[in-house]
Amino acid sequence: MEIGLIHYLIISGILFSLGIFGIITRKHAVMVLMGLELVLNAANINFIAFAKFGGMNIEGHIAAIFVIILAAAEAAVALAIVLNIYQNFKHVNVDEVDKLKG
Amino acid sequence: MTQDLVLLLSIIILLFPFLGFIINIFLGKKLGKISGIIGTTIICIDFVLAALVAYTKLSTYADLQIVQTRFDWITLGSSTITVGFGIDNIAAIMLLVVTLISFLVHLFSTEYMSEDRCYYKFYAFLGLFTFSMLGIVMANNFLLMYIFWELVGISSYLLIGFWYEKNSAANAGKKAFITNRIGDLGFFTGIMILYFTYGSFMYEDVFAGIASGVMPFNSPLMLTFAGIFIFMGAMGKSAQFPLHVWLPDAMEGPTPVSALIHAATMVAAGVYLVAKVFVMFTADALTFIAVIGTITAFLSATIAITQTDFKKVLAYSTVSQLGFMIMSLGVGGYTNGFFHLMTHAWFKAALFLAAGSVIHAMHHAMHHMHDHHSDPQDINNMGGLRKTMPWTYRTFIFVTLALAGIPLTSGFLSKDGILAGTLAYANLTGGWHWIIPVMAFSAAGMTAFYMFRLMIVAFHGEPKTEIAKHTKENKFVVVFPLVVLSIMSLWVFYTPNPINANQGWINKVVAPPQTVVPAAYQWSFLLPEKEETNVIAEQTAVAVANDSISEEVIVEEHKTAEPSAHGVLNKLQEETHHFHYPAMFLSLLIAGMGILLAFVIYQFKYISADKLEARFKFLHTLSLRKWYFDEIYNAMVVGGTVLFAKLLGMFDNYVVDGIVNLSAYLTRVFSNLTGYFDNYVVDGIVNFTASFTGFWGSALKKMQTGRVQSYIVFVLLGVLILLYFII
Repeated sequence: MEIGLIHYLIISGILFSLGIFGIITRKHAVMVLMGLELVLNAANINFIAFAKFGGMNIEGHIAAIFVIILAAAEAAVALAIVLNIYQNFKHVNVDEVDKLKG
Repeated sequence: MTQDLVLLLSIIILLFPFLGFIINIFLGKKLGKISGIIGTTIICIDFVLAALVAYTKLSTYADLQIVQTRFDWITLGSSTITVGFGIDNIAAIMLLVVTLISFLVHLFSTEYMSEDRCYYKFYAFLGLFTFSMLGIVMANNFLLMYIFWELVGISSYLLIGFWYEKNSAANAGKKAFITNRIGDLGFFTGIMILYFTYGSFMYEDVFAGIASGVMPFNSPLMLTFAGIFIFMGAMGKSAQFPLHVWLPDAMEGPTPVSALIHAATMVAAGVYLVAKVFVMFTADALTFIAVIGTITAFLSATIAITQTDFKKVLAYSTVSQLGFMIMSLGVGGYTNGFFHLMTHAWFKAALFLAAGSVIHAMHHAMHHMHDHHSDPQDINNMGGLRKTMPWTYRTFIFVTLALAGIPLTSGFLSKDGILAGTLAYANLTGGWHWIIPVMAFSAAGMTAFYMFRLMIVAFHGEPKTEIAKHTKENKFVVVFPLVVLSIMSLWVFYTPNPINANQGWINKVVAPPQTVVPAAYQWSFLLPEKEETNVIAEQTAVAVANDSISEEVIVEEHKTAEPSAHGVLNKLQEETHHFHYPAMFLSLLIAGMGILLAFVIYQFKYISADKLEARFKFLHTLSLRKWYFDEIYNAMVVGGTVLFAKLLGMFDNYVVDGIVNLSAYLTRVFSNLTGYFDNYVVDGIVNFTASFTGFWGSALKKMQTGRVQSYIVFVLLGVLILLYFII
């Protein structure tokens, strides 16, 4: 069986769902961030798959690289936030960081 | 002297006393006695300057009717108010009269007022008065005249109420002021009528307007009324019937004030005003003036007979003489009316200063004897002053002769002229106008009687009280003014002929002015005599809108004679000359009878005064109570005002207050209603909005868990929902 676009998309869909699941269910902030990475990578797989099969060509590659750069920046910022949360709350449990509760 | 110089000097004369007022009112307390010296010196300089100005006007500019200046004061849109000042012949004479008498009174007061604690204030007020009086004299327009008119009113008020600790003095001041206000209201109305019609306050503009035939409201009747209204001002100031009541009360002021203001100058302002605007009075207005003057002269002469207060006798005598002047102007005797103003100013000032001298001496005697209850002004407390106060007596007897109208005095000349004028007038007009000379002659007789009664009771005989015995002649500064003023009452200053003033300078410089009233509304005898060829003298009766003029004397055709500075000889003057000798003999006879009667009753006591009093009880009481004028005015005017005020008060209490209370009640009810609306409807809406928002807020706030993960779930859900809709 030839590996086509649809297989890539399924992989990416599984990856995205796992990432979302991780974001929603994990309590530890770092785990949430890791989930986020999964989501971004799922998107990257999509971009590349479309670049190869869908006719996006070079634009798909550039978008993927762009997303990787963005993810790096996002990781830096988010880790800084997590460090701040740790300084304030002495833990990084996302469930208990609910100061914005109405 | 050029005209400009004359005017400049006049301005200086006018402002000098004001300077004295400023100095004395602001620095007087520190100056103390010096304030009197300052005031007197200023007026002395003023007198010298006034003499210079008067001489220049009467000699160099004798041909000029008036030396004057005019300038625009206020420009309001298209109307301009022009004012100015000027010196004509009568103003020049008045300048002399005012400044000289003012100077003598200032001098007299340095002694008379020396013990008063408000010494400086007295001099300040005298300065203010002199300033305003000179303003009246110099004004050549109604506006300035009116302004200064009110200024003399206020200075008169201040000086009458000078001893304001005394209730009577304060009341007298108020009475004078309010009574004058009634007259001034008329004066103002008259001025407004003229300004409305002729658009100017200047005498010359108004007179030119009348001469050109323009009538106020196109009606000659209104011209008559304008004249009468303006004359009302004179009635107030010159204390003419029925506004004469304030003058006798004004004697509450210090006696030098009475001499200056309420005998010689201010009360003559009314006469001066009538003389100034003489040319604009119609025949009817003149008749009114003559009648008022006659009533005043007669009425107050009858009152003066029984008064026992030294100054009250003189006060009523002043009112009576002012009546003579007004009457003379009313009958057309312009020259004699003004002449009497001047001569009367001298001898009446002298009489009052003599009264002041007597009262001052009585005061000192009382003080000496520690008597503080007797009345120093009551002539029944005097008697025998002839021996203790010889100089006062001598001057007094001389000026009394002048007032009684005895030859060799100035009073004789002027009064004789007036009486001859009334005879001529009555002869020319006839009918009921004969009452005027009859009353005038009897008033002249009474004048002689009451003056000699006063003199005999106060100066002759034995001292009636201990006080009179201890009186002493006053100092030089008191006697000197008396002597000067008595000398001024000699005939030689006015004419070389002691029994006839026709050749005197006064008849030349104070010639009657040419009337500006159209001939149809003026006495024919006041119009200038025409050339024989022009005399058509249509004596046809013209039905003018008035009945009181005897129709024969109204000439229909119009005059074209040019007005000249000297006036023109008219029929009245001619007739007055004819009546000169009859009037003289008659007046001498009547005055002689009056004097004789006074001597018979009071000196030799052939007839007992008490018996006469009992015999003519009614007349005596009437005269003593001043014809009940004060009581009548009290009941009618004061009582009426109070009643009216009470009625207004009731109206206020019930009607106005009722309306106010009702509207207050209605407002309260209405505000209650709006209050309910506010509380329940408006607040209800507001509260409902608030609780509605609050409910949803609390409902929705539960979604804000603050947990990032739950937000993501919501986002995902949202995305899924969107996807559902898109796909």
